[in-house]
Amino acid sequence: MARAPEDVAALVRSYGPTLHHTPPGGWDAAGEPDALVKTHCCFCGVQCGIQLKVRNGAVVGFEPWEEFPVNRGMLCPKGVKRYLQGGHPDRLLSPLVRTPTGFREASWAEALDRVEQGIRNTQQAHGHDAMAVLSGASLTNEKAYLMGKFARVALRTRNIDYNGRLCMVAAGAANKLAFGIDRAANPWADIPLARCLIVAGANVGECFPILTDYLWRARDAGAKLIVIDPRITPIARNADLFLPVKPGRDSALMNGILHVCVQRGMVDRDFVARHTEGFDAVRRAVRDYTPERTAEIAGVPAASIVKAAELWGQAPTGMLLHARGIEHHTKGTENCLSCINLVLATGKIGRPGCGYGTLTGQGNGQGGREHGQRCNQLPGGRDIENPEHRRVVAERWGVAERELPGLGLASTEMREAIHRGEIRGLLALCFNPVVSLPDADYTRSALEKLDFFVAIDFFLSETARHADVVLPGSLQEEDGGTVTTAEGRVVRIREAVAPPGRARRDWEIVCDLARRFAPQEKFPYASSEEIFRELRELSRGGSCDYYGITYEKIEENHGVFWPCPSLEHPGTPRLFEGGRFHHPDGRARFHAVAYRPPAEDVDADYPVILTTGRVVSQYLSGSQTRRIGPLVEQYPEPLAELHPELAERCGLATGDRVRIASRRGEITLACNVVRTIRPDTVFVPYHWAGDQSINRLTLRALDPVSKIPEFKVCAVRLERAAEGAP
Amino acid sequence: MSVPADMELFLDPSRCIGCQACYHACAECETHRGRSMIHLEYVDRSESPQTVPVVCMHCEEPACAAVCPADAIKKTPDGVVQSALEARCIGCSNCVLACPFGVPRYVPELDQMMKCDMCYDRTSAGRKPMCATVCPSGAIAWGRRDEILERRRERPARVFEIGEQVVRTKVQMMSPAGSDSLELDVAAFMAR
Repeated sequence: MARAPEDVAALVRSYGPTLHHTPPGGWDAAGEPDALVKTHCCFCGVQCGIQLKVRNGAVVGFEPWEEFPVNRGMLCPKGVKRYLQGGHPDRLLSPLVRTPTGFREASWAEALDRVEQGIRNTQQAHGHDAMAVLSGASLTNEKAYLMGKFARVALRTRNIDYNGRLCMVAAGAANKLAFGIDRAANPWADIPLARCLIVAGANVGECFPILTDYLWRARDAGAKLIVIDPRITPIARNADLFLPVKPGRDSALMNGILHVCVQRGMVDRDFVARHTEGFDAVRRAVRDYTPERTAEIAGVPAASIVKAAELWGQAPTGMLLHARGIEHHTKGTENCLSCINLVLATGKIGRPGCGYGTLTGQGNGQGGREHGQRCNQLPGGRDIENPEHRRVVAERWGVAERELPGLGLASTEMREAIHRGEIRGLLALCFNPVVSLPDADYTRSALEKLDFFVAIDFFLSETARHADVVLPGSLQEEDGGTVTTAEGRVVRIREAVAPPGRARRDWEIVCDLARRFAPQEKFPYASSEEIFRELRELSRGGSCDYYGITYEKIEENHGVFWPCPSLEHPGTPRLFEGGRFHHPDGRARFHAVAYRPPAEDVDADYPVILTTGRVVSQYLSGSQTRRIGPLVEQYPEPLAELHPELAERCGLATGDRVRIASRRGEITLACNVVRTIRPDTVFVPYHWAGDQSINRLTLRALDPVSKIPEFKVCAVRLERAAEGAP
Repeated sequence: MSVPADMELFLDPSRCIGCQACYHACAECETHRGRSMIHLEYVDRSESPQTVPVVCMHCEEPACAAVCPADAIKKTPDGVVQSALEARCIGCSNCVLACPFGVPRYVPELDQMMKCDMCYDRTSAGRKPMCATVCPSGAIAWGRRDEILERRRERPARVFEIGEQVVRTKVQMMSPAGSDSLELDVAAFMAR
């Protein structure tokens, strides 16, 4: 059925979002906690170390974990308040089965029987691939691995993909093309050693707050900071050079900077000759990107482009970091490659203080993309279309290679397949596409067409409202496992408490389901560590080699960086040392990039660029953070940020309500008139649902290489909303 | 127990990213029971994302204590100006008006003034204040003066000339090194 119950108010009364302010047991619970559990924050790829305070079987607070070397006790407000998910009144405590008007509680036996029947009906009528699986990059490595195996061995569907498709796939694709391996090239510890930092499309202060300290430490040591962003973000305020790029013009800007480096003889010819392939084509490709022409495209002054090249090209060391700002584009992969071209051409990689990387936004943004929950990937970072890779995995899983499903659809392509009637059933874990995918109305209508939908979730997300059956899973602190941070460090997530009520650990639920479709011995796990053991053994010899990593080794070393090919191996914090890359010939690859405009540019009808992003107090689709009172109060509703010049043209002032319309939909929001955004652009954060969801306006167009959507540019028009408009 | 003499609190708003981790973490200290004793202000959001964490500066001669008619604000020998004593505070808000830094806040539900006490329960036991522990940008830092001088280009200052009044504080404010004018309109950075 998959149509959400119509009485939204009733749903909200039962399942929230409710604002929760008080720890379990209240503020007056006195005395020492029963335990302080050293683990990591569940929000963002930095994975700050944190100690969770446990009393009477519940997480009741936190203490900083100052010994963990990455954040040394530092946290952002999400980390400070994350514990309020524990004992939350919205928490799902029982399996739910859909009724004509809402949901009713059910036993596990009934719920799992219904799920099994729903899947069997779907697959018998329409084939294995008609059942699709959506998973997520906030899951542990163990769960990411399990989801891939579950889909391909138990359900035998090729259609499994994850929400990292909205996050790091453009960077991942570029990494594979350029370096032959997909991991940030450096530990964060390299940042303070860099003498020039380019931060492109990364609102570090709000999305990876504790990395701010690394940037400031670099500046303390004399580094020049170049920030490329359409907005003066908190870190841009202190930049030595700020380039307010016009949204969607990043590859032109990077080409322009490289053009100047070539002209001024700042190319590291020796490095290029010894360690790379393909520079001549890039040199030709950037020839036309003079500062003047680049300035015209990118909307920044020619002199700033020259200055950026000088600062970068003349610095003895440098790192280039980027995030979704340059990746959420129909040319996301090209944008990343244009950055890599600049890094390679100047030889700034594989040395202390020299390198490159994407700042992954999700809790397990790195590990979540390595272990086979992607439509094009098998465990160990293997390629699902490579016969040798398929053979290795099929053998370990005890299935015939020909029975191992092939390349499936990306999560961003599944809606179209549902609308076409090819996908008829869906299982979702850790993904809230109703809020997170672009063109939200199209997502909703796709879900409504499903014959069968099961969601595993700890809160009833806007997506889970559509489910026929909801299975109550586990919060991060209710299960153990590992996560690979955005710097490639594998860290240990500790089980602080057991799942409450009748909720269960996600992996136990998935294994129970798997054993209804596959022989018991293929899913024999009694603990997440047993899953990890299989993962690391199967990763041996793959691109993402975890073979030498054990839970004990992680504990002893505050994490281990992969690749780690043997038990004696200390791990690999910095990649590409000595200019050795991971293509078979050891050389990195340049890729010539020609700038092309965004899929939907502004015109007379829709004259303003809409760009989207985050605020510091919310995480992704907000399914967790919109329930935490203090975080909601910090930034209660999405505001439309616009420059006074644009505001004046539209007759708007701070606090006025503005109607923003695109070709997909419209939204009415309060506006915040600030001089810190380009006058041709309006910014709206994306964490909200329903009438407050900016993704009702965004565009479905995808990067052809990575299938990441173009969240960062579409065309809108603005008008003042009438008084009292909703 | 007292706060070690060589450990000091340094504020540097130029590093602040406005995340409010300090504000939220302050509320989590067990003795605060969900109520934060500090706050964070935008200077002028329409002009800039510049924010300032506001913790008590712990004045050598605290104006808040001087104007308190109930003698509710005490300074400990180690120089920490404590929050109002619950039994004495009459909620008159004299201190709120008198403080040159805008630190104390009147809490109507409790009819009390509450303010930062430099996490006395933590700092007097050799630990860092909660805000300085979690601050992800180094805008609030706890440490020895020589360490800060070695690591940072900004210089610590603890003498504030406010009109004709000179206020000396225990907490140090980092002042920018070699800063000149700061442009904060994005239009100034664009090609026109």
